[in-house]
Amino acid sequence: MASAKTTELVLPSLPEGWSAEKDFKVLDKISSTIQRTIEPVGPHFLAHARRARHKRTFSEDDRIQAQERAKKVEEDNDSDISEPEDLMMLQRDAKDWKSQDHYKVLGLSKYRYKATEEQIKRAHRKKVLKHHPDKKAAAGRSEDDNFFKCIQKATEVLLDPVKRRQFDSVDEAAEVEPPTKKQLAKGNYYKLWGSVFKAEARFSKNHPVPHLGDEKSTREEVENFYNFWYNFDSWRSFEYLDEDVPDDNENRDQKRHMERKNANSRKKKKAEDNARLRKLLDDCSAGDERIKKFRQEANAAKNKKRLEKEAAEKKAAEEAKAKKEAEEKAAKEAEEKAKTDREASKKAKEAAKNAVKKNKRVLRGSVKDANYFVSGDASAATIDAVLNDVDLVQAKIDADEIAALAGKLNGLKIADEIKGVWTEEVQRLVAAGKLKDGEVKALA
Amino acid sequence: MAEEGASKAGIVPSDRTAIGIMFSNSNSSIAYTVDDKAEVIANEDGDRQIPTILSYMDGDEYYGQQAKNFLVRNPKNTVAYFREFLGKDFKSIDPTHNHASAHPEEANGTVSFTITDKEGEDAAPSTLSVQEIATRYLRRLVTSASEYIGKKVTSAVITVPTNFNEKQKAALIAAAAGAELEVLQLVPEPVAALLAYDARPEVEVSDRMVVVADLGGTRSDVAVISTRSGMYTVLATTHDYEFTGTALDKVLMDHFAKEFMKRNAGIDPRQNPKSLAKLKLEAESTKKALSIGANASFSVESLAEGIDFASTLNRLRYETIARPVFAGINRLVESVVKKAGLDILDIDEVILSGGTAHTPRIAANMQSIFPRTTAILAPSTTPTAINPSELQARGAALQASLIQEYEAEDIDQSTHAAVTTVPHIANAIGVVLVSESAETFIPIVPGETAVPARRMVHVKTPKDGGDVLVKIVEANTHIKVTKPEPKAKTNGKASKSATVEDADETEDEDDSDLSDDEEEEDEEKRERMWKIGTTLAEAALRGVKKGSTVEVTINVNADLSMTMTTREVGAKGGVRVNVPAP
Ligand SMILES: Nc1ncnc2c1ncn2[C@@H]1O[C@H](COP(=O)(O)OP(=O)(O)O)[C@@H](O)[C@H]1O
Ligand SMILES: [Mg+2]
Repeated sequence: MASAKTTELVLPSLPEGWSAEKDFKVLDKISSTIQRTIEPVGPHFLAHARRARHKRTFSEDDRIQAQERAKKVEEDNDSDISEPEDLMMLQRDAKDWKSQDHYKVLGLSKYRYKATEEQIKRAHRKKVLKHHPDKKAAAGRSEDDNFFKCIQKATEVLLDPVKRRQFDSVDEAAEVEPPTKKQLAKGNYYKLWGSVFKAEARFSKNHPVPHLGDEKSTREEVENFYNFWYNFDSWRSFEYLDEDVPDDNENRDQKRHMERKNANSRKKKKAEDNARLRKLLDDCSAGDERIKKFRQEANAAKNKKRLEKEAAEKKAAEEAKAKKEAEEKAAKEAEEKAKTDREASKKAKEAAKNAVKKNKRVLRGSVKDANYFVSGDASAATIDAVLNDVDLVQAKIDADEIAALAGKLNGLKIADEIKGVWTEEVQRLVAAGKLKDGEVKALA
Repeated sequence: MAEEGASKAGIVPSDRTAIGIMFSNSNSSIAYTVDDKAEVIANEDGDRQIPTILSYMDGDEYYGQQAKNFLVRNPKNTVAYFREFLGKDFKSIDPTHNHASAHPEEANGTVSFTITDKEGEDAAPSTLSVQEIATRYLRRLVTSASEYIGKKVTSAVITVPTNFNEKQKAALIAAAAGAELEVLQLVPEPVAALLAYDARPEVEVSDRMVVVADLGGTRSDVAVISTRSGMYTVLATTHDYEFTGTALDKVLMDHFAKEFMKRNAGIDPRQNPKSLAKLKLEAESTKKALSIGANASFSVESLAEGIDFASTLNRLRYETIARPVFAGINRLVESVVKKAGLDILDIDEVILSGGTAHTPRIAANMQSIFPRTTAILAPSTTPTAINPSELQARGAALQASLIQEYEAEDIDQSTHAAVTTVPHIANAIGVVLVSESAETFIPIVPGETAVPARRMVHVKTPKDGGDVLVKIVEANTHIKVTKPEPKAKTNGKASKSATVEDADETEDEDDSDLSDDEEEEDEEKRERMWKIGTTLAEAALRGVKKGSTVEVTINVNADLSMTMTTREVGAKGGVRVNVPAP
């Protein structure tokens, strides 16, 4: 076992960041031990004994102490299976073994279907020690072996798993009656019913069998319980109650008849038992407050959900409506804005046009105010030349520049000043390459 | 273990001739060790399984098979099945098996038998204590062994059931002393059987969990023994008096009795003691024959009312009618494994011991109970198996040869409870390995190992070598059960009535009421898994070469401190870690 032959299994690489002084860490100590007795047998033990003794001498006290420390392997205590024997039972006729309470005969009344196989064996042995007829005879008592036969029969049945189930199926003493209304009235609903199902659970083919639980059980637990039990898979059967079938070969017809009768009777009893369990469950669930509680909770939850859904729907509709309205409003506003924008821009254009016109008038006016830069009356040619240049300059500049130029000229009355402004503008335009040098003459 | 009896005998070791004795209820055996090899000795009748029976006829004493034959003709003066009564009160003995021979009684406060052991028609019967009977029987065994060895046998190791109490042991030692036999040591029967197997020269000492099923005539005893480096610790035992060789005899007796009745107008041979005795003897030999052959005959001259009877039985039929007994043995074995806190999957080896262990069906059943990896040591499953009837005597003889050179006082001190009571570690200690980064535990010292203990393993390193981590942890096992995919469990209609309605809008999802009643039992898969617990220590080994191996050694000391040393095989250095005692 302690070999690591598998090729793919390797020591892990040292994790990044692992470090320790001297490359090791002690993290814990050996956690748990049990004192046991090793057998003083074999060559390897001799070596151990040599080491362990160290030339010491042990006393009887040491022996007792050491034995007490060691975990016991043999338990010879039968106190768990002691039960008084009543006279009625001791006088039973072994021929009536079918009707005897096998558990009681062996002193296992308080265990019944819960008795382990080992308990049954120990119980049997205990009874044999006491009741074996040869022992009674040796002690000079009566050689009546009737009860001994009862013991043997009980053991035969209980140590055969098949026969034991057949007997357990009809062991009335193991039954727990359902609680009466009166009992339930005092409370303890879950405890009372719980023990009924705990007893019924002995017939289950499937394990573990869920318990009824208590008022604190969760809905899942409760559902699980009833689901399990309404689908209960039971091994309970009723052949133990069969009527004896004649063992001889002569009465074949009668034998067959009896067998058929028994088969029918088993079937009927099984059906009755299923119905009985169904009724137990119906009765138990009918009074189970947890089911009511969970149903109410479920209903409340359902209602809550419905209301929430409705509210959500309403809210959604309202939101949709609001959204639609907002969209419509926005569209309208956008349209109106576009319209006003359009109008505004038209106005602005007109205003600009007017401004240009006005400014152009200023420009023209300026040269007129400067008397066309001549003293005395200006000749038509001069006027024409100056105005030509004004037009030429005007054509080269945009509305803003016209406005700027007009701003500079506005209010000027002295011809030289006016001339200066114009000259400056012409020079600017020439410098900007918009006018050729010399193209403007009268205003240069 | 060797109580007063041994120390008083006080034989000088050099004067000893020591044998091993299986002294049992149905049969006994004697064995002698020569050159470390134990051999079971045949007595003067040629028997190696010598019936534990003593019989008197005309003042002559018979034992073994001869005495057994007298069960038919002279049951009253034949004492059988008495070993069990040694050291017991009359109150607590089970006389069931003595019904067809001398009956036990209470005399002088002890279990006794009244028999006529002297010659003559009117010889007065003697009332002999069970201890005296045992002495007389043991004397015959010793004589037989002495004759075979050619020297007077002085001493013996004797096997006893694990539930023999101190009083029973003392009574046995006293009985032996009466036969001038020094008891060197009383050894538990299953441990002797295990020792017989472990002493074979080809066996390597290993750590195993072993079940020894000793299936005898009147009892079946099963023990779980943790075997650690050749040291044995009994973890659990169980004792059964129902599913035994005698129960198998009874099955056959009933079978043939019924057949006889069918043929002979209802004459029941079980009603007459003599017929019953014949029926029983022949049933047993038919049973033994069925351990070897597929068919066996049953034939008794004048079985009842002078009618001869002959029949045959095949093994299959036998196995069918004896099934309740075999099933009981199966349950017994399973129960003791559970009692030891273990699972079937934890068992490495099953040793079948005792006469009934010859039965092939029982060995086959063990094969189906235990996983395929569990060795089932029985004649029909393992060709090299030792004869199950000889295991205990052989083990006793081996132990006798081991200790015969010691003074009685020395043996007593060495087998003292102060020496044998030892702490055992509960969890396994081992190293963590990885494969594709999944962690796996490799045990170095298994659980249930007595301390001090020292174990070593070699482990591989990553492909490219480098720095590696040696992580020492505790671990224990658990059983992982994988259920077969459950068939979608539809809640039957019935359940609806009590089911609290689901809060969600219930769409009736399961109206398709598929029949689900035939639940074929799919095999669930059970695996034994390691669960890693606390880390005890970590150490780094640096610069491990490509493809190299690392050695990890663990020493658990008597005070439960621990030392771990690890090194790269073939390289210098390494790391040593001391974990202090708890
Ligand atoms: N070859 C065999 N096959 C089956 N059963 C056997 C065989 N040999 C012996 N036995 C049975 O084994 C039982 C005796 O076993 P043994 O270990 O000697 O018993 P005990 O421990 O009771 O002294 C008897 O019931 C005997 O019939
Ligand atoms: Mg035995």
